[in-house]
Amino acid sequence: MSATGPVPLLALNEVSKVFGGIHALTDISFEVRPHEIVGVIGPNGAGKTTAFNVITGAYRASRGEVLLDGTPITAEPSHRIARAGIARTFQNIRLFADMTVWEHLLVAQPHSEFPLRRLLPMRWGSPHALRRAQEVLEFFDLGAVRDRLARSLPYGIQRKVEMARAVTARPKLLLLDEPVAGMNHDEADTIRKLMQKLRDTGVSILLIEHDMAFVMKLCDRLYVLDFGVMIASGLPAEIRANPAVLDAYLGAAA
Amino acid sequence: MMSTYYAGLLADVGILLLGALSVYIILATGQLSLGNAGFMGIGAYITSYLTVIAGVPVTLALVIAAVAAGAIGVVVGFPALRLKGIYLAMATLGFGEMVRSFFLNLGAMGGSEGFHGMHHISLGYIWSWAAAILLLIVILERSRVWLDMRAVRDDETAAGLVGLNATTIKVGAFGFGAAVAAISGGLFAHHHVYIEPGNFSFERSIDFVLAVILGGSTVGPGALVGAALLVMLPEYLRFLAEWRFAAFGALLVAMLLLRRQGLLDRATFRAFASRRAA
Repeated sequence: MSATGPVPLLALNEVSKVFGGIHALTDISFEVRPHEIVGVIGPNGAGKTTAFNVITGAYRASRGEVLLDGTPITAEPSHRIARAGIARTFQNIRLFADMTVWEHLLVAQPHSEFPLRRLLPMRWGSPHALRRAQEVLEFFDLGAVRDRLARSLPYGIQRKVEMARAVTARPKLLLLDEPVAGMNHDEADTIRKLMQKLRDTGVSILLIEHDMAFVMKLCDRLYVLDFGVMIASGLPAEIRANPAVLDAYLGAAA
Repeated sequence: MMSTYYAGLLADVGILLLGALSVYIILATGQLSLGNAGFMGIGAYITSYLTVIAGVPVTLALVIAAVAAGAIGVVVGFPALRLKGIYLAMATLGFGEMVRSFFLNLGAMGGSEGFHGMHHISLGYIWSWAAAILLLIVILERSRVWLDMRAVRDDETAAGLVGLNATTIKVGAFGFGAAVAAISGGLFAHHHVYIEPGNFSFERSIDFVLAVILGGSTVGPGALVGAALLVMLPEYLRFLAEWRFAAFGALLVAMLLLRRQGLLDRATFRAFASRRAA
């Protein structure tokens, strides 16, 4: 499939997910290559979030397999998948209720140090984690709200905190579920620039988004889902002109 | 005589503090245990057996009891993973009662007649343990492990998706909590120099939980404040005679309505914490 790199970063091979008798995903195959920003679009209920849940181990695929760097992760529990390099955000933001912004950046970091060091106060036990948290804090421009409870912040900033939490772990692949939902144009633009900067640091991004202007400007390639089936894939310009996609989803909005 | 009276109260505070901390540790991962008197009982009986029958020094006996109870805590922690909220509370309550009736039937340790022969330990000894463990927890609260525990409590799914293994964290907390409860039990046994299964009943588990809720369930020192209040307040309400427990109950209800997070919370310490900017 891939014309460029030898092994795609993420590959789904004919993945299906069935809930009871409902076919949420049917034989979905797609891939994300290193340094790519890939969008998944489709109407509500098309199975986009289900695909995210299968990739991150929140659901187990009924059939098919998910590969990260060529290694199957289909049956792994979510914390192993996270440690293998996939981080995500949620459609309905999921922050830790009783943590400050700063604590969100510390909690998500990988378990690289000697285990007993995690028992020490962070100042002594985890200087690397503190440095990384500071770096991410600055990258997302969250310094002003560092010690505020994340849940008490405005919606747009909560989204940024969730994204920052995902990035702190230095993931290879970042999954973003509607990162600019409910944001105004300027806020969405800020997020778009942050993602481009992230990609420049070597992170690949797979995102679900309904804001078409945003998707068309940002994504290298798009996949279109409808009723759990892949109905199209290609460059943004191709997708915009695809009659099946227009019919199922884009309609007048494009 | 006054001094003996206060020494007795202070010893009770120290022992209750450790019991409350044992609940606090487990609660930090979002699990409510109503069975910690069971772990306390295990600690009390093991240390007493070791000092009286095996002739082991009390400090070593306490350490052995803590390790043994910690292992039992881990074993209890695994089935507890499948249960949440009220169901977990009920299951742990069942565990506590099971331990109590086990000792009731354990003739070798006196059964319902209780067990004695322990030597008396000083107030200073009790408080050395209580203070050391409180300090240990306050230090741990600044570590990443504690942050992991809070993440699991706040949102287990999201914790998994940032790479935390909720199973290890929850089971580990159960083991650590059980170990601390066992130390509380060992100190109790050597303070009262007599134990019987009824000492480790459901009411004592409730006292541990009350101390944590009263003092503050999000910071370690909350358990200290809660334990002190729980022991001292009924004493200061003595002028109300038989009504004092009713008055104490009313205070507790008022407290929960007005300040649900307990007397101390993280905000209390935040001003202090921001001074330690990293």
